[in-house]
Amino acid sequence: MIVASKLTKTYGEFVAVDGIDFEVKRGESFGILGPNGAGKSTTMKMIAATSQRTSGELVILGKDPDKKGPEIRAHLGVVPQQDLVDRELKVWENLYVYGRYFGLKRGFILKKIEELLDFAQLQEKRNSKTDELSGGMKRRLTIARGLINEPEILLLDEPTTGLDPQARHILWDRLFRLKEVGVTLVITTHYMDEAEQLCDRLVVMDKGKIMAEGSPAELIKKYSSKEVLEVRFGSANNEQVAKDLAGIGERLEILPDRILVYSANGEKELEKIVKKGLKPVTSLVRRSSLEDVFLRLTGRSLVE
Amino acid sequence: MSIINATVDTAVAIAERRSNKATAGVYAGRSGSVLMRNFYALKTSNAVAVISGFFEPVLYLLSFGYGIGSLMEGEASAYAMYIMPALLATSAMNGAIYDSTWNVYFKMHFGKLYQSMMSTSLGPLDVALGEIGWALLRGLVYAIGFMIVVTPLGLVTSWWGLMAIPAAVLIAFGFASVGMGVTSYLKNFQQMNWVNFVLLPMFLFSGAFFDITKAYPDFIVWIIQALPLWQAIELVRGLMTGAVGLATLGHVLYFVVMIVVGLVFTTKRLTALFLR
Repeated sequence: MIVASKLTKTYGEFVAVDGIDFEVKRGESFGILGPNGAGKSTTMKMIAATSQRTSGELVILGKDPDKKGPEIRAHLGVVPQQDLVDRELKVWENLYVYGRYFGLKRGFILKKIEELLDFAQLQEKRNSKTDELSGGMKRRLTIARGLINEPEILLLDEPTTGLDPQARHILWDRLFRLKEVGVTLVITTHYMDEAEQLCDRLVVMDKGKIMAEGSPAELIKKYSSKEVLEVRFGSANNEQVAKDLAGIGERLEILPDRILVYSANGEKELEKIVKKGLKPVTSLVRRSSLEDVFLRLTGRSLVE
Repeated sequence: MSIINATVDTAVAIAERRSNKATAGVYAGRSGSVLMRNFYALKTSNAVAVISGFFEPVLYLLSFGYGIGSLMEGEASAYAMYIMPALLATSAMNGAIYDSTWNVYFKMHFGKLYQSMMSTSLGPLDVALGEIGWALLRGLVYAIGFMIVVTPLGLVTSWWGLMAIPAAVLIAFGFASVGMGVTSYLKNFQQMNWVNFVLLPMFLFSGAFFDITKAYPDFIVWIIQALPLWQAIELVRGLMTGAVGLATLGHVLYFVVMIVVGLVFTTKRLTALFLR
């Protein structure tokens, strides 16, 4: 549905997106994972046909977004990073007016609104002004609004940033349902758990470039071990202790506050460490995540 | 639940109807939906601000026309009659400028309204025309309201005066289309104050309250005559007093040019801001 090749966007001297290639297939949930400033949002804007590329190719549903902006946007649902709901309108009016922007017929929109208010669990708030909504409700309203034109592709830019855990889970559940009915999702996020939960396939971006591509499981398999042992020796001692840990695990990652030991079996590595006579202050064995993949690829954490 | 394409009139089908038009990238033919949005916002949020705009020229008329007019020799209403057309022209300008600067600025930077509109199948020209259309509608309603007040006072002396209503809309159109483009350059409230800094002297010296040809040397008169408010005031004054001629046509032409230039300019700016 979306094909990008050597896609580039520069602002003056600054290269926001640096010649990336990717493809999004119908019905899949595609993620763009990366830290702030990686070029995720810029990529998203180009897909949304609201930002013209500097060079390279971008084809969305067979059309060029630089030439057929309004037409392509009719296919898309956009959920921007900030909730750009219309604060001068009520919840219901927000949906209605947005539908009219697409030129949809009144009868169609009225029916659709009921469906979407149910979907977004906002029936009770239909006549409220948007200032009275909680953060999670606003986000759901923004998603409902993005669905008014029955889009084939829904673009979500950092969909759960700033939401509390409960609101996040409600939102993830709603997005799953959309996937089930065949909506193609394109999601940017800097949360690895979100990417693991929602994305069939993702690209890891850093400094405008794509570092890796695959399903979350593939990426973890390729770039990390099955398990990770996290040990803390106190911030001051980590560097020193790391020297003694040489040879333990497949690979070590020394962070300011802890040491990560990559291995197929974390408990076994911990035993080895204890046998060496080292006493970690705390230790934890967990499964590898996309965070580890990102660390491996860039040498930096996702959330800094 | 059917999220995808359940109807014949899908958003895509609607958008594709204009696919072959040269303006397909910037115009979807739906500025009406932007107008409609403003009606809902009026109903839900902005009624007071809009109603207050009607009183501005009426209050000026009572204060300057009848108040200051009473100090002058002759009939007290003569001065009111002199400044009345200017007040109509000025309120058309102020309404249009207020809508296309403060309101547009707010929608652009705080409401991020245009960003939302541009992520639908609307184009920048739809947004520009819709917002300007709204300013005109307001201008039209104010002009009609003003006429309803001043006509019974006996201040309108010619049937041409009726044409002052469309003239006010034309004036508003000119100012709104340029104003919206100018606003797109402004980045903060301090810069917004520059708009007032330009408008106030223009209001004071464009012949609203006195005959500029008697008050100032020729070269200053020429400068004033090049300004849009003088053109507006002369246009309305001519119509109200029945002094209609080639000059009237000249003033109309002035605004037609201003509108076209303003629209091209504003559409370019909106494209640059939201689609680059």
